[in-house]
Amino acid sequence: MERTLSYVDAIREATDLEMARDAGVVLFGLDVDDPKAILGTTRGLAGKYGGDRVFGTPLSEDAMCGAAIGMALAGLRPIHVHIRMDFVLLAMNQLVNMAAKTHSMFGGQEHVPLVVRSIIGKSWGQGAQHSQGLYPLFMHVPGLKVVAPSTPYDAKGCLAAAVRDDNPVMFVEHRILYYQKGRVPEGDYVVAPGKARVAVPGREVTLVGISYMQVECLRAQRYLEEVSVSAEVIDPIWLAPLDIGTIEASVRRTGRLIVVDNGWMTCGAGAEIVASLAERMQDAPGWKLRRMGFAPVPCPTTPSLEALFYPNARTIAAAAFDLVKGAPQGWLPAARADLKLIEFKGPF
Amino acid sequence: MKRDELELTVRLYRSLRRIRRVEEEIVRVYPSDSIKSPVHLSIGQEAVATGVCEALEPRDVVFGSYRGHAMYLAKGGSLPRMIAELYGKADGCARGKGGSMHLVDVERGVMGTSAVVGTTIPNAVGYAYALKHRRENRIAVSFHGDGATEEGVFAESLNFAALKQLPILFVCENNGYAIHTHQSRRQATLDICTRVRAYGIPAETIEDGDVFRIFQAARAAAAAVRSGSPGPRYIECITSRWLEHVGPGEDFELGFRSREETEAWRKNDQVARLGGMLPAPQRSVIDEAIEAEIAEAFAFAEASPFPPAGELLMHLYR
Ligand SMILES: Cc1ncc(C[n+]2csc(CCOP(=O)(O)OP(=O)(O)O)c2C)c(N)n1
Ligand SMILES: [Mg+2]
Repeated sequence: MERTLSYVDAIREATDLEMARDAGVVLFGLDVDDPKAILGTTRGLAGKYGGDRVFGTPLSEDAMCGAAIGMALAGLRPIHVHIRMDFVLLAMNQLVNMAAKTHSMFGGQEHVPLVVRSIIGKSWGQGAQHSQGLYPLFMHVPGLKVVAPSTPYDAKGCLAAAVRDDNPVMFVEHRILYYQKGRVPEGDYVVAPGKARVAVPGREVTLVGISYMQVECLRAQRYLEEVSVSAEVIDPIWLAPLDIGTIEASVRRTGRLIVVDNGWMTCGAGAEIVASLAERMQDAPGWKLRRMGFAPVPCPTTPSLEALFYPNARTIAAAAFDLVKGAPQGWLPAARADLKLIEFKGPF
Repeated sequence: MKRDELELTVRLYRSLRRIRRVEEEIVRVYPSDSIKSPVHLSIGQEAVATGVCEALEPRDVVFGSYRGHAMYLAKGGSLPRMIAELYGKADGCARGKGGSMHLVDVERGVMGTSAVVGTTIPNAVGYAYALKHRRENRIAVSFHGDGATEEGVFAESLNFAALKQLPILFVCENNGYAIHTHQSRRQATLDICTRVRAYGIPAETIEDGDVFRIFQAARAAAAAVRSGSPGPRYIECITSRWLEHVGPGEDFELGFRSREETEAWRKNDQVARLGGMLPAPQRSVIDEAIEAEIAEAFAFAEASPFPPAGELLMHLYR
């Protein structure tokens, strides 16, 4: 029988396996060794590997990121954890000016095998500073790799790949994905950089969902079956390097693309995907596209506005239906219990 | 008690009791899920915001953190609008867009609170710069936790404030913990004031949470800061958070600290202490007024509508 794990346990297991495999892997960040253990993803590791390899830090994101780079230069393989992606902003100088540039700027003499884990929050009043999907900032910077796995299987395989990578990798998690369960093989495997996955094959429209929006796209695909529209769903998994070829092949077949970003659209991952396709598909006649993402404002806490802030399966399905029909149809699927959003309700 | 002593006791008691009761009411209402927002409660820590804000003028400004209910209320922030904000309602102090972690009431000098630790410390410094620049007889106050002193921006802010001799009072609410991690596991030396003094800023610690002592220290520091010389002051108030870091419950079951640790502080509860100093009839008049005000505030929040869809894209730019 196939083994099923939660996203949380997949991350914990990948960390455990990598720490067992390579004595140079160290894990730190605020609260990695506290009773809640980063929502369980670091549970038990301090006990197993000791306080020298797994430790909580002072509230000093900038210095700890710089220190992680120093450790990496000395041959360790640090994993630096941030419980919110918003807090990574405090370490931006080290990431952008040092981690990303070290290998190239020093003529290939040094490299920075660093993994930065961070979690995007959503819903239940997380608000403006606890909900941002800032991964496009890092996609923009040459020298950083960016991955946003949406399944437990990919979470484990991508984290293993990230730890083994000799370059800085931004490993982007999503709080709502933590509740997912899925197939996760035991033992060692990697989900290597630069390969997307066709999650569901289809014919009429390609849905590309990033991070948590992959889950909403999969639900949208089911809603679209109600109106006999065949959607193909692609998970890019790695955003840098990005497997644009897989998306291009799909859009060449379906002729229609919806990219759903788990962030704002301007200069977003979706913008990059669309621009790359526009360049590569100048020979393709009449293909249609649409971007979706956060409303272009800070995330409000009130549920009435937060509901409008995010794309969801039903709004994605409606947009795809309109794209396939070539004009607004006024169709919005009735919410189905089996495709309900996972609601997050405290604790924080 | 002399008359002015009694008046001070009444004012401090009213503020302490009001904050305590508001937060207890939040705890009571929380399971109903009307408050769809994380709350970082100050129960046990009320004396700090109360003592400091009592020493301020209405025109002074305060900057704080996500654990900001006490500061907001002590500085005079509107209670009904705070509760409406927690409920995500249109009449909230941030129109329902900010929630518990982003309370604001500019009219009352509550300039805002941030969910990212340490973020508002330099904002208070910059505000103080503007006050000095314009020769205004006002001061800025930065409320922050013990954890915030570990951020680089803390050191950078102290240096600039001292360099420019700015009219700012820094207030550290040291509850010993950042989430579940004790200060001793995060700081090599626990003496925050010694570090602050190294920047040339006079600093003192108030160890026992005595609201009168906090008030007197803040009053003296505020007077010095207001006189323009010698620039910034720092007060560290040792205190105790009785509930979990975030949420309405306790956290002793997690095993990182014991209930006994908070016991001495509960015995030293300033709400009860000051209540006991007042004649019973006078106290019950105050208590009843607070209960009525709280009931009204929650009713106001319940009755307020959710913001309409059109609000989503508003207030992005001025
Ligand atoms: C820059 C940043 N890092 C981490 C966090 C997560 N976090 C939220 S509260 C907190 C503890 C802060 O402790 P302290 O400053 O002592 O304030 P207290 O909560 O005790 O009032 C942490 C680490 C954050 N919000 N911002
Ligand atoms: Mg603290």
